[in-house]
Amino acid sequence: MIINEDSVIQTCGLTKYFGTKPAVYELNLDVPRGCVFAFLGRNGSGKTTTIRMLMGLLPPTRGGGTILGRDIRALTPEIRSRIGYLTEEHQLYGWMTVRESGEFQSRFFPKWNDKIFRGVVGHFGLKPTAKVKDLSRGERAGLCLALTLAPEPELLMLDDPGLGLDPVARRTLVESMIYLTRKSDRTIFFSSHNLSDVERVADYLAVFDRSILRACCPLENFRDSIRQMRLRFVGPPPALPPIPGLLQAIRTDNELRVTCVQNAGEMEKTLRSLAPLEIEPVPLSLEDAFISYLGERGEKTFILSELEAQA
Amino acid sequence: MPAAFHISTGSNTPIYQQITEQVRLAVTTGRLQVGDQLPSVRALAEELVVNPNTVARAYGELMREGLLESRAGRGVFITPKRKIYSRAEGWRRLESLLHALIGEAMILDFTPEELREAFEDKLSQWKHSKGGDHDHK
Repeated sequence: MIINEDSVIQTCGLTKYFGTKPAVYELNLDVPRGCVFAFLGRNGSGKTTTIRMLMGLLPPTRGGGTILGRDIRALTPEIRSRIGYLTEEHQLYGWMTVRESGEFQSRFFPKWNDKIFRGVVGHFGLKPTAKVKDLSRGERAGLCLALTLAPEPELLMLDDPGLGLDPVARRTLVESMIYLTRKSDRTIFFSSHNLSDVERVADYLAVFDRSILRACCPLENFRDSIRQMRLRFVGPPPALPPIPGLLQAIRTDNELRVTCVQNAGEMEKTLRSLAPLEIEPVPLSLEDAFISYLGERGEKTFILSELEAQA
Repeated sequence: MPAAFHISTGSNTPIYQQITEQVRLAVTTGRLQVGDQLPSVRALAEELVVNPNTVARAYGELMREGLLESRAGRGVFITPKRKIYSRAEGWRRLESLLHALIGEAMILDFTPEELREAFEDKLSQWKHSKGGDHDHK
């Protein structure tokens, strides 16, 4: 495997089986240095398993990878201290105060920037003297983030950092992530289900589907390559010819809505051959694009007249 | 700051495009004038809570169009060049706006006469407020 100096994470055929079931299958991932990389996929698609393997916490069944240029099977404490790893089940002690949690954590890191710790804690509106056990979910998340950021890691691995946060706490989290990009060599790798947050912060995205990586590219490329067209006909739409990259076709009484992954010109040419009355591109939001990419594929019929007949 | 930008996520329009559209609109309506300074990439990114590369992409596009210029060490400014779109592209955009306007007016039960009158009224208000400052240099 060729180690690319500009990549912070690279994997080659990374695979993990639990019993006979693959949780991650033949994953080839390349995360460029300095980007904000969103790791997307439905629940149980293998995101956390991947992150745990990358952190050296779970041995791969086969394949391998590097993180900050080191083999993930042989990570030293020195390498780990350069990675800020935020998990759902971050270790906090209820009897400590916010400040004591910071002091405790700082002893494990050679580098500790208390200004950052206090800054993030303050940003989330936490009192240093508050007991951890009295914090709300959003406040705990803020404390965990402060503990993760204070050692000034060059790579942040955030496993679903927005999970369970209210909108205000989530926005604060996103603000902190944007603030972190001030240092251009810092990389943020995060998994999320929240496409609104992803749209705000991510440069790159990877889409995981049932243990297989289905897309890995700059966010705008992902958006640009998923296209939807609406075709109107006099009567019922004709049968669809084979279209490469077809994601979904929905037909109603006299309309056909086709979503594809391909170049728009090519798609329009194929669809024009059906001789529709009208054909127009339908702009998609990131969420629409994501759902048509991961949702059920194929042709669907949605005949309005049948519904009306039943009513 | 002379203009405030608003972005929304979940829109059909990518964020960088929302920014470019708002700058163009602010320039055409005169809310942003030649020589006005825009916030730095970093400042706007933190204000809008979006990735700085998104703002950089929007600014880059506006610079290529000749609407913005970057002056070394001083920031990003609106340039004197006014013409943003080709005539054909201008027509295409106008067409879709007219379409939306007339459609909406019909739904709201306005007669074509009322609509025409309202349009003329608005147009004359604009002429007054913008006065003769529309000199193309």
